[in-house]
Amino acid sequence: MTARPNPRLAADALIWLLLLTAPFWLNAVGGYTQLGSLVLVMALAATALNFLLGFTGVLSFGHAAFFGLGAYGAGLTIKYLVPSTLLGMLVGVAAAVAAAAIIGRLIVHLRGIYFAMVTIAFGQVFYFIAFRWNNVTGGDDGLSNWSRAPIDLGFARLDLPGSPTTFYYFVLFFFALSLAAMAWALRSPFGRTLLAIRENERRARFIGIPVDNHIWLSWLISCGLAGLAGALFALLNNFADPHDLRWDQSGEFVIMAVLGGMRSFWGPLVGAAIFVVLQDYVSTMTQNWMSFIGAFFVLIVLFFPDGVLGILRRA
Amino acid sequence: MSQLLLFDVFNGLIIGAFYALMALGLSLIINLSGVINFAHGGFLAIGAYLAYTLMPYVGFWGALVIAPTLTAILGLVVERLLIRRVYGRDPLYSLLLTFGLAFILQDAARIIWGPQTLPFSVPAWLSNALSSEYFFLTGYRLFMVGLAALSVMAVFATLRWTRIGMRIRAGVFDLETVSALGVNIGRLRSFNFSLGIFLAGLAGVLAAGMLGLQPTIGAELIMPSFVAIIIGGLGSLPGTLVGGLLIGVASGLTSAFFPSASEAVIYVLMALVLLVRPRGLFGEEGRLQ
Repeated sequence: MTARPNPRLAADALIWLLLLTAPFWLNAVGGYTQLGSLVLVMALAATALNFLLGFTGVLSFGHAAFFGLGAYGAGLTIKYLVPSTLLGMLVGVAAAVAAAAIIGRLIVHLRGIYFAMVTIAFGQVFYFIAFRWNNVTGGDDGLSNWSRAPIDLGFARLDLPGSPTTFYYFVLFFFALSLAAMAWALRSPFGRTLLAIRENERRARFIGIPVDNHIWLSWLISCGLAGLAGALFALLNNFADPHDLRWDQSGEFVIMAVLGGMRSFWGPLVGAAIFVVLQDYVSTMTQNWMSFIGAFFVLIVLFFPDGVLGILRRA
Repeated sequence: MSQLLLFDVFNGLIIGAFYALMALGLSLIINLSGVINFAHGGFLAIGAYLAYTLMPYVGFWGALVIAPTLTAILGLVVERLLIRRVYGRDPLYSLLLTFGLAFILQDAARIIWGPQTLPFSVPAWLSNALSSEYFFLTGYRLFMVGLAALSVMAVFATLRWTRIGMRIRAGVFDLETVSALGVNIGRLRSFNFSLGIFLAGLAGVLAAGMLGLQPTIGAELIMPSFVAIIIGGLGSLPGTLVGGLLIGVASGLTSAFFPSASEAVIYVLMALVLLVRPRGLFGEEGRLQ
């Protein structure tokens, strides 16, 4: 990439500065540290989805499955195997990647609404497993009675269970790592090829690009990072819920990406921040959260299809 | 044992008939307009609740006709006001729009009629068992299968032999040319959408008599309907029907041997079909890929 003019760098710097200092100003503006962690987790999932949606041009409506696999992978490992936070996360991500690799092979040659429909349907399998396998997953009540453990780094000890601020920075660390990896991938020849596929798949195929393989790899990265987000989400709540796996959760990731602007790298973060804060606020105000969120979806589609950053860019 | 097995197969067939009715409506809308109507389950629930409210006034038979009609009119309004704005745009937007509508419809049912399960009574003479040996063969169940079959045949006859049906079939093939030949495709799509919603409403009334009436009744039926369409092959209406019946029977049979997998089995079936025949059992090659 050639050097870009400075406004972009300034925006990047500002975003990182805001994220790094969040625990210090969140309370002052009426938020709380856990809310900040939740924004980061959802933003990671939405950005991972957008890697596929916005930058590869493939419409997945079933990412909650991999998010939930990450959550249950982490929760089950910590509850039944070893109380190790990092190992739990590793298992969660591995579960998401393994499932994505198999399902991906079945569906990479499908496109458009066909792909969307199949991803929606496949997502439900994991929901039913979590819902039905009562004695292991806790069924409808969710997986509880476990909690994230502190991490001993040798020179320092991360008190993840005790300090929300430490946990926030723990999440931020993985968020930054994942976003850096995605940004790097998008600037590599591989990422450029994904953009080429998005813009004109037929032409990409004609110049000899193995399109299905590229989409499969992009799908794998996207699902794996969604799994990481899910593992962090379970650690945040010390709980895994079968509803994390369901299609409404998938829809929420998509709306976050669209709301922020799915053609922008930072769009999903902006969308996730708006969505999470709004959800936190509205769910305390009204019982009819579902109608509210439904109307929210409709309004975004009709009036903000390009998202916040899309509008800013045009202005 | 064999009687019990027969019971499960028959039960599966009935559930399959619901899936098929619902999936047929979904398929009609996907084929002509390229919209995956997530809100289909919401319309199904509204149809069922309307029937519940109407029954004291017009009886079961009146409700069976009026409730789906009212649901179809609601569908027409929604299509005119909202859905038609996303025709021709990225399928992402129609998915999100109907997704939002699904939430609104389900919540509306909860707000208006309450979250608890409501009793939904069917005519007494229909709920008697027809034979003491085959206790599960109640009149209502046979009636449901019969009515579902009849409505499916009516839809196919409409598509096959009426002018508007012919236009819909032509539109599925090439909407632009149909429009160039002077057909108002806006109206064609509206009619097609309402027809799909009518089937959802009808499935709702029938399902309420069997599964019980609660706001999530539609949400539970919509995913299997997607699977039915994928298994049958996108673009093929007979395929959708076969898909619906197939997964109904498969999940009925599974509930005999391994009840907790009765929901998951249909997704395994879908994975198998995608593995062996990606376009679905009856799908045309290269269509919508």
